[in-house]
Amino acid sequence: MIINHPLLGPRDASEFTYLGDASLIDRPDGTAENAADAFYDYAYLRDNPAGEHRELWYHEAGDRSWLVVTRNTLTHEISKVELARDVARTRGRSK
Amino acid sequence: MTQVNRLTGGQIDRDTTLKFYFDGRSFTAHPGDTLASALLANNVRLIGRSFKYHRPRGLLTAGSEEPNGMVELRAGARKEPNTRATTIEMYDGLIANSQNRWPSLRFDALAVNDLFSNFLSAGFYYKTFMWPAAFWEKLYEPIIRRAAGLGSLSMQADPDEYDKGFRHCDLLIIGAGPAGLMAALTAGRAGADVILADEDFTLGGRLNSETFSVGDHSAPDWTAQTVAELLAMPNVRLMPRTTVIGAFDHGIYGAVERTGDHLPSLPAGKPRQILWRIYTQKALLCAGATERPIAFENNDRPGIMTASALRTYANRFAVTASPRVAIFTSNDDGHRTADDLHAKGVKIAAVVDVREDAPLSYDYEVLKGAQVINTRGRLGLSFVEVALPDGSTRTLDCGALGVSGGWNPNVHLTCHQRGRPVWNEALAAFVPGENLPVGMSVAGSANGVMSTHGALRSGAEAAAAALDLTTQPDLPEAEDAPMALKPFWYVQGCKRAWVDQQNDVTVKDVKLSYQEGFRSVEHLKRYTTLGMATDQGKTSNITGLAIMAEVAGKSIPETGTTIFRPPYTPVPIGAFAGRMTGKDFHPTRLTPSHHWAKERGAVFVEAGNWLRAQWFPLPGETHWRDSVDREVRQTRASVGVCDCTTLGKIDVQGTDAAEFLNRVYANGFAKLAVGKTRYGLMLREDGMVMDDGTAARLAEDHFVVTTTTANAVSVYRHMEFVRQCLFPDMDVQLISTTDGWAQYAVAGPNSRKLLQKIVDPEFDISNEAFPFMACGKITVCGGLRARLFRISFSGELAFEIAVPSRYGDALMRRLMTEGKEFDVTPYGTEALSVMRIEKGHPVGNELNGTTTALNLGLGKMVSKKKDSVGSVLSEREALTAPDVLKLVGLKPVNPEEKITAGGHLMNIDGPVDATHDQGYVTSAAYSPNLNSHIGLGLLKRGDARMGEKMRLVSPLTELNVEVEIVSAHFVDPEGERLRA
Amino acid sequence: MRYSGFRVIKEALTGHKGWKPVWREPDPKPHYDVIIIGGGGHGLATAHYLSKVYGQRNVAVVEKGWIGGGNVGRNTTIVRSNYMLDGNEPFYEFSLKLWEGLEQDVNYNAMMSQRGIINLFHTDGQRDAYTRRGNAMILNGADAELLDADQVRAEHPYLNFDDARFPIKGGLVQRRAGTARHDAVAWGYARSADLHGVDIIQNCEVTGLRIENGTCLGVETSKGFIGASKVGCAVAGNSGRVMGMAGMRLPIESHVLQAFVSEGLKPVLPSVITFGAGHFYVSQSDKGGLVFGGDIDGYNTYAQRGNLPVVEDVCEGGMALMPMIGRARLLRMWGGVMDMSMDGSPIIDRTPVQGLYFNGGWCYGGFKATPASGYCFAHLLAKDEPHPVATAYRLDRFRTGRMIDEKGAGNQPNLH
Repeated sequence: MIINHPLLGPRDASEFTYLGDASLIDRPDGTAENAADAFYDYAYLRDNPAGEHRELWYHEAGDRSWLVVTRNTLTHEISKVELARDVARTRGRSK
Repeated sequence: MTQVNRLTGGQIDRDTTLKFYFDGRSFTAHPGDTLASALLANNVRLIGRSFKYHRPRGLLTAGSEEPNGMVELRAGARKEPNTRATTIEMYDGLIANSQNRWPSLRFDALAVNDLFSNFLSAGFYYKTFMWPAAFWEKLYEPIIRRAAGLGSLSMQADPDEYDKGFRHCDLLIIGAGPAGLMAALTAGRAGADVILADEDFTLGGRLNSETFSVGDHSAPDWTAQTVAELLAMPNVRLMPRTTVIGAFDHGIYGAVERTGDHLPSLPAGKPRQILWRIYTQKALLCAGATERPIAFENNDRPGIMTASALRTYANRFAVTASPRVAIFTSNDDGHRTADDLHAKGVKIAAVVDVREDAPLSYDYEVLKGAQVINTRGRLGLSFVEVALPDGSTRTLDCGALGVSGGWNPNVHLTCHQRGRPVWNEALAAFVPGENLPVGMSVAGSANGVMSTHGALRSGAEAAAAALDLTTQPDLPEAEDAPMALKPFWYVQGCKRAWVDQQNDVTVKDVKLSYQEGFRSVEHLKRYTTLGMATDQGKTSNITGLAIMAEVAGKSIPETGTTIFRPPYTPVPIGAFAGRMTGKDFHPTRLTPSHHWAKERGAVFVEAGNWLRAQWFPLPGETHWRDSVDREVRQTRASVGVCDCTTLGKIDVQGTDAAEFLNRVYANGFAKLAVGKTRYGLMLREDGMVMDDGTAARLAEDHFVVTTTTANAVSVYRHMEFVRQCLFPDMDVQLISTTDGWAQYAVAGPNSRKLLQKIVDPEFDISNEAFPFMACGKITVCGGLRARLFRISFSGELAFEIAVPSRYGDALMRRLMTEGKEFDVTPYGTEALSVMRIEKGHPVGNELNGTTTALNLGLGKMVSKKKDSVGSVLSEREALTAPDVLKLVGLKPVNPEEKITAGGHLMNIDGPVDATHDQGYVTSAAYSPNLNSHIGLGLLKRGDARMGEKMRLVSPLTELNVEVEIVSAHFVDPEGERLRA
Repeated sequence: MRYSGFRVIKEALTGHKGWKPVWREPDPKPHYDVIIIGGGGHGLATAHYLSKVYGQRNVAVVEKGWIGGGNVGRNTTIVRSNYMLDGNEPFYEFSLKLWEGLEQDVNYNAMMSQRGIINLFHTDGQRDAYTRRGNAMILNGADAELLDADQVRAEHPYLNFDDARFPIKGGLVQRRAGTARHDAVAWGYARSADLHGVDIIQNCEVTGLRIENGTCLGVETSKGFIGASKVGCAVAGNSGRVMGMAGMRLPIESHVLQAFVSEGLKPVLPSVITFGAGHFYVSQSDKGGLVFGGDIDGYNTYAQRGNLPVVEDVCEGGMALMPMIGRARLLRMWGGVMDMSMDGSPIIDRTPVQGLYFNGGWCYGGFKATPASGYCFAHLLAKDEPHPVATAYRLDRFRTGRMIDEKGAGNQPNLH
């Protein structure tokens, strides 16, 4: 596979390390009342869709960017690649 | 007489004669021959034996689809089993031997299987060999196994090298027949970067096998001229002897180039084969088509071949399989073969055509509406029996029979990403469907365009379409005959007619498969093994499917499709491995003082990709324990030095660095003072301990984090995840400096004295100025910058000192020189391990991914005041239950007895079984300080069981000893030494 | 019809006219006591034990394609019970014992071949972990042996002992482990279940689960609605899709595992071998092919195919371990979709939906589990309580912290 890195252009997927669903960006608040339930859901349950999947890849043999790749799990077609940092910010994460 | 079956013409170099050996007999051939054509030239028809019935077999084809004509090529460690004679390019001195026969090819004992074939029908083995149960392994299977397989491995390491490479292009053209050549001309003349790959050693595909003209030239001449033009184009790369094996995601194609297989021996340093990954936006499949045989009684005798193969042997290789040839065909193409052979002077016994309206010939007899119903001949064809439409039969005297049942487009690569071919009624064949790999298009006969003119046209058009070109070259004139064919798969009423020749699958087997309910194509393949042989059913799959459709009373597309998986043809495993073999399997990482350690005679051990010194034997030390015990004693008595460069080191900088570490580590870091180091416990989000290490605060906004050697990469990755994905606005930057600094532990009561000799005098490292857990930037040896950490893994007064990598070797040598007065010793990973076990420090054996901080006795370190990674899930009920495992120390009651890591702990008088398991031993060592074996273990409620006697069992190593549960801190439990 | 050597001879002498379809092709009934979704190894084994052991005859298996077309038809055929943890080892040992009597139980020769497995180790840490594992096996009543390097060499002289980047230090052996003819396992279970009255309905895709008031009433299929008192889902890589129809999210991701077979070769490998310093395991089939595999590709996918880097990685491991295979040719590669769970261990449990049961999360170890998985799932479906050897395979274990994590890789499925 080839991942079109937003900063570096197309790179072979073997340069990257895969983590999983991009929902791992949405880490719950550990101090909240329902933290135990929220973290169970966050750490263990997955949509695992057959189709479009937003997922985290790390450019381990490259610039060490974490990327959010939108890829179809039936065809492997990649429709979008974003810097995970940008995605995290749009999802309200900061410090 | 040699080469009795040679004809005139052909693309062989008669000026040079090559010698080769088959089954020990010597023959001659010419450059341009394949082993197959050379054997035929020498009138050798019998080449091998079939898989199941050991039937005598010859050649069926002239190409890579060959199911029968397989040999063991070369000898010794280079022996290559199951090599298709049709793809072996002749070289001088070639050695080949037949396989799957004993004692000889002509007299094969297992041919007896053929007599019992009626009992060995498809799937018979699923229904028997079940009683008595023990007999399967002891009797039946060994017999079956011995008979299984075709060729044999040399059992020696492959002495040749393989390479890997990467290539990029605008258009990859797969196959250099008429469509591929025309496509390459079109794209090449337009200036595109083109790769044209073909599995054959001569480009041209079927053009080399034909006699008709292309433009004003013969087909081979036009081919040669076109190849010459392409060769002259700098933007076109021709890759003969290169098989494109698979279409992978996003326009990546795998290709294997056979760079050395046609040479008698490889030039030094040259690879035998190269695995290419070709990256391209567009690919054009011009893989041609494969002629399929017709199934009839005894259709597998040596001498019975596809008609097109006979034509190829005659036209390209100037060889006939026999001076007298018959043809059995369902289409006009069979007649073309007869014409060409006749023109070369081969006697045509007759053309048997199943069609009532078959064309006639002035040159030879055509039997219209006739079918071949049987053949005869021992170890090769002698007679063909033909049923005529009037019900009479006729016997033809011939040594070869060309069979043509039509052509199957080579759609293989279109299926590699789950594309499904579609049925074409006119061709009675599958052609590429719609779900092609992205960027792939298909031209020529691979796309069902069967005439030469059509192939040229479709190649040019497809290349132009793929590259958005507006101009195409003029097309040369060429034959444009329509495919005139009657779908005809097998002759009715035959008893044994082969569909898959290598695996011995007959028409009857396919029918039995249907009868027993194995009716989907996949069930058919799996039940009968049809299409599972080394040719992957290139000449048999469609026929099998057609027979299944007939007995099911359905159309072929209703019955199913056959799809193909990579690789297109079998690929040596060595080619996929490339140079990653032997010692080069993984990179080897050496620390800066490796060569010094080697000079000292160190014994090294693999630690991931690193090599680390395990111990440093001195003269007279005969057992590793002698060395390790001495290193431990010397270190604890005076001073030792250990290379700990392999620890992961991560620089953390930024105004939010402290807060960042506070989130990453379970324990607090926000308030760590500058100049101080703290032990850090890192959890995974699921609450298990991920890693431990230290973080030293060199400045308000600068920390140096260490990780274990094993986790250096994954911890760095995790920290980047936390930084980029969880806290994207923190002002913090990370960089791995593992390779940047050489680092040494200097441990023991004299460690400070030793270091004071090299630390520059302006830096005070006395206990008052530089107490336990202090850190700082210093200089040593007169100005060399260094970092000093007062941390201890051994439990002694100890420091770790880091210098830029290139000074590591010099520093180590200096420490040894300066340390002589203290009797300094270098120590390796074994002594390191002994001392950490004596001190109760957990390492990889304890941090096994299933242990929590609570398990390791570090539960209090998990701060409840903050939200750090892993803190929430570490609180789950089963992880905090009263009986969770706790880290303990273990001592044998009898100090002579050994403790084994991996042993299990049982109650002293209780039963010894899994349900009463109390825990296990994680680490064990001999402690020269305690003069006893000791261990660390994880024990249920371990912290509450100090002093309890337990039974340590290791039935695997036949160990059963009484142990006492003690504190994991065997040495200096109060930590007085490290604060000294 | 009973299969036997006598029967084979009789049929051979009478033109093979008496062989009957191995399973019927029935139309679905309007209602079953139990419907099993998924005609793979686990679903068919469940049907066999449900009908034969638990006496349930009104049972259907619905399969979207042809039976045995999932992972039971695309694996590397290894059977073993060399697990370490309490939650796993009794289950897999139970499974191995069922394998040992499988052929007689179902009257179908699945060619279970107990030729043994050796897991090689290359470091002291690996040795310690294998020692712990081997001891756990023995303490659970299974067999295990620890070999040192010399003993390994005596049994496998062709391995790379002289030029290895990671020298072989020894191996953990289970002699009773081995391989079985994977397709035949599916067919044998299908045949037996069919003979015990189970309807096996092929080409019948489940398109929905009919759930009212928290109770599952049956399945919507491409052949219409089929009612059921209980519905069991055993669909491996498609677990997420099917359970998604019930609105459930699972602790599972779907990944592809590639597998490979070489051309047929005369026998060279006496047992199953796994490399401890790379991603490579191998055995040799009765037909002579080297059957081998390695690591999963590592990204979520439902496609039954992988990519070149993993092919190369596996072959590198193979060449590092046994450089004699350099000139053996890789004949075919394929991929299976694995239901990779969050701790690498399976789930056999009820679900929050009444009447809906789940069997999945087998990762790439499902084949060896086939008999016990079927047995335990049948037990659960028949009795509404877990079988004693499968009590740990609960769906809620991640919530309570009772993970069964052999590798210690944590909640990242592609590391298991």
